[in-house]
Amino acid sequence: MSYYAYVVAAAVMALGLIGMATSRNLVHTVVCLSVAQSSTYILLIAIGFQYGGVAPIFGNQVGQQTPVVDPVVQALTLTDVVVSAAVTSMLLALAIQMAKRRKAVDPDALGRLEG
Amino acid sequence: MTRRARLTLLWIGLAGFGLAMATAFTGLPGFGSTFHPYRDLAVVATFAHATANSVSSINFDQRGFDTFGEETILFCAVVGVATLLRPVHRERRRQVSSGGRVMESTSLIVYVLFPLTLVLAADVVAHGAITPGGGFQGGVVLSTGIHLLYVGGRYTLLSRLRPLEWFEQGEALGVVLFGALGLAGGALGAALFANFVPQGQLSDFLSAGTVPLFNIAVGMTVCSSVVILLAGFLDQALAIRSDPGTKGDPPGADQKEEAAA
Amino acid sequence: MNSDFLTNALIAVSLTIVLIGAAVVVFTRAPSKQAVVLSVYGILLSIFFVTLQAPDVALSQVAIGTAVVPLIVVLSIRKIASIRSEAESELEGSAQGDAGQGSEAGQP
Repeated sequence: MSYYAYVVAAAVMALGLIGMATSRNLVHTVVCLSVAQSSTYILLIAIGFQYGGVAPIFGNQVGQQTPVVDPVVQALTLTDVVVSAAVTSMLLALAIQMAKRRKAVDPDALGRLEG
Repeated sequence: MTRRARLTLLWIGLAGFGLAMATAFTGLPGFGSTFHPYRDLAVVATFAHATANSVSSINFDQRGFDTFGEETILFCAVVGVATLLRPVHRERRRQVSSGGRVMESTSLIVYVLFPLTLVLAADVVAHGAITPGGGFQGGVVLSTGIHLLYVGGRYTLLSRLRPLEWFEQGEALGVVLFGALGLAGGALGAALFANFVPQGQLSDFLSAGTVPLFNIAVGMTVCSSVVILLAGFLDQALAIRSDPGTKGDPPGADQKEEAAA
Repeated sequence: MNSDFLTNALIAVSLTIVLIGAAVVVFTRAPSKQAVVLSVYGILLSIFFVTLQAPDVALSQVAIGTAVVPLIVVLSIRKIASIRSEAESELEGSAQGDAGQGSEAGQP
């Protein structure tokens, strides 16, 4: 168990990379990139976890001495999620532009046109 | 590059990646351990500024400058998308009909959910410093709520209810507000993005000093950004078509234009 | 220790589901189906975040990963499909025009 979460994060990253390399459609490529990026969320959140820790929202029940999970990595993940949305939309806009100019979204076909 | 060469390269890369990850993971503290030095420091700082939601405190108080950078990323991405998706010449805007038939149950759900989502978004932004949530989440929920109208088949209503210029101004205003709050921290407090407002009591509605103000600024930016992003894509998908009048362009017209530009 | 075992089981199940979800997203080749699967994957991820005590991240993942990003993907697919159908009709149109000119030229 102690490495399972990290291994899953690495596996999701590998899946995303495989999907990108074997993709036949630019939209599929972009979605695979966002899957690859989601592996970083898994890794970050897994690193910050502590058995018995509660969510880092303080109040009457949760004081300074209560064990909480790491809020720093959660803040990083929050940033990551928003940036991922920005990157995905930017790349999809580029894919649309590509479809307009070349009438094709298969990376292999685009390569042939270029050569 | 041929497909075969690309796959070979992929497998070599994956093997290297696996090896690097295996080495890295054996050096990490085990999953769920009690060793979290940054957590310990962050919790102390969170309590010093009377912020109940530790994640908000880190995002807007302890590392406000980083979040400002992230806001700028979002802002630039939106500008990029708006530039890429603007209607160019040889494209025309067609009239979008009010769509096919929408099931009445769908319409009903949309009408019930629309005000609820707006209230939920306001609540998420306003209580960002004391409960889970904040500017990012609230902003996205708000813009998603506005786009429920599209699900309800009311594209025309959506475009009337969504004066894009307001959102363009709102996005810029949000970023400027964020930067101004950071500068005010530099002028009135100890450093850039310092928390210079009295912080009050933990878990009170008005606590955590500047964090709720940052939440509002971020909420404005994120909501406006998502609305502008979706507006660009919706426009492209529904309203903009290439102009049939100029379809007889000689091949290579694109390249000539590019060369001229 | 018993509660630790339960937590472990919950996390392991959640992680496995996330892994399967990622595999399904990657190996769904048709982009229009992939948008739906991506949305489900977003929900699976946010469940995982809730299990690991990260409600803030789960909230933003639900809003962005389940609603906004799949919607953008669907809209791009729709746009690209319309570009393709336009290009095809244009090709057919010009092919017919050429054929017509050819037969006219062949007539006299």
